Amino acid sequence: MKVSLTVNGKPMSGEVEGRTLLSTFLRETLSLTGTHIGCDTSQCGACTVHVDGAQVKSCTVFALDVQGSSVTTIEGMANTDGSLGRIQQAFQDHHGLQCGFCTPGMVMASAALLAVNPTPTEAEVRHHLEGNICRCTGYHNIVKAVMAASDAIPAE
Amino acid sequence: MQNFDFVKPASVAEAVAALGTSGAQALSGGQTLIGSMKQNLAAPAVLVSLTGIAALKGVSVSGGVMSIGAATPHAEVAKASGFPGLSSLAGGIGDPAVRARGTIGGSLANNDPAACYPSAVLACGATVVTNRREIAADDYFQGMFTTALEDGEIITAVRFPIPERAAYAKFEQPASRFSLTGVFVAKYGAKVRVAVTGASNDGVFRWTDGEDALQASYDPAAVKGLKVSPDGLIADLHGTPAYRANLVAVMTARAVAAS
Repeated sequence: MKVSLTVNGKPMSGEVEGRTLLSTFLRETLSLTGTHIGCDTSQCGACTVHVDGAQVKSCTVFALDVQGSSVTTIEGMANTDGSLGRIQQAFQDHHGLQCGFCTPGMVMASAALLAVNPTPTEAEVRHHLEGNICRCTGYHNIVKAVMAASDAIPAE
Repeated sequence: MQNFDFVKPASVAEAVAALGTSGAQALSGGQTLIGSMKQNLAAPAVLVSLTGIAALKGVSVSGGVMSIGAATPHAEVAKASGFPGLSSLAGGIGDPAVRARGTIGGSLANNDPAACYPSAVLACGATVVTNRREIAADDYFQGMFTTALEDGEIITAVRFPIPERAAYAKFEQPASRFSLTGVFVAKYGAKVRVAVTGASNDGVFRWTDGEDALQASYDPAAVKGLKVSPDGLIADLHGTPAYRANLVAVMTARAVAAS
C-alpha cells in the first residue's frame, strides 16, 4: 500500500506493508537515518519523532496509521542554513551527549516539551524525558542543555 | 512481525464490519498491541485501526459526569478540566510518547493487571459504553487481560461520575512506569470506593476493608495498620505478594492525602 506523509515540510511517499513501522519507513524508504532504533520495544525513546506536533515513538506506530500526517524528524531540527538548531546547539554547548545514540530522541522529546512549555522547571524536564534513556551522560547535562535551550531564567 | 492487512475505517459501523472478517483485531493507540505483535504474541490477519473515527475522540463534562471517547489519548485526558484526579492519573501513564498515542479504550479492552485506568473506572463505578450496550465497571473487569467484551464489540466511550474527592497514587516500576501497586480512591458523599491495580493476579480489585475504614473516617490514618492478605497477589522480580500487600494500604493512604 502507498503511504504519503509530509516529512520535515516536504511531501514524501512510498510503498509499505501493513506491518511497516514508521521508524522503518523513515530509515529504510526515506533514508532518514537520524531517527535511531535503540530497543525496538518502545522503552528507549531513540526513535522519537513528532507526528502532527505530538511526540511519538516511531517504532511503535504503523506507517499506514499516520497516513497524511506531518512528521518532523531530527533532520528537520537544524536551522535553514544548516547550522545546529537551538536545542541541538545547547546539547553541544552543555555536553548533553557522549556517544550520541539517544540524542535524536532526546532533542525531539525536548522540542515537544518546549513547544508547549517554554519555561519548564528542571523537575518538569526530568519528568518529560522519562521515556528517553541515555546510558552515557547520567542525564544531568541533558537537563542542563534543555534548560539552556528554554526561555526559563537560570537559577542562581 | 507477521504481515497483515491494515484498514482504517472512519465510522464505528465500518469498524464493526471490518472486525467481522476472519482474524481481525482492533488497534487503538497500539502502545501495548504493537509490542505484542513484534513478539508474535498477537498475529492478526487484519488490523482495524480505530484512531481515525472522530466520534470516538474527545472529553466532555455534563451533569457531574465526564465522558471520554474511547480513542482519546491519555495526553488529552491529562489536559482536560473537571476531574483532576483522573487527569493526574492520565498524565502519569507511561511517558509523553505513550500518552500521545495510548487511549483509554485500548487500556480498558486490554485490561493489563498493572494498567492505571482500570483502577479509576472501578473506583468511580464508571460505565463502559460499547457499540452494543452499557457495562457497569463492577461487571466489566473479569480477571487479568479478561473483560466482559464480546467478539466484535468495541468500546466507544467511558462515563465517569465525577467524585467529590478523588486521587490516584501509584508506586511505579521505574523502567516500565506500570504500577507495582496503584490505588484510586473516590469519595461520593458518605460512600468511598478504593480500587487497586498492579497488585493482583486477578487484575484490578476493590479493597473493601479500606473502603469501610475510609467511610468511617476519611483520613490517611484510617487505613494505617490495616492488613491486606497477600493471597493471590502478584509475585515477580519487582516485588513479592507481601510487599504488594503492604503497598495497598500505603498507596491508599497517599491517595486519600492527595485527594
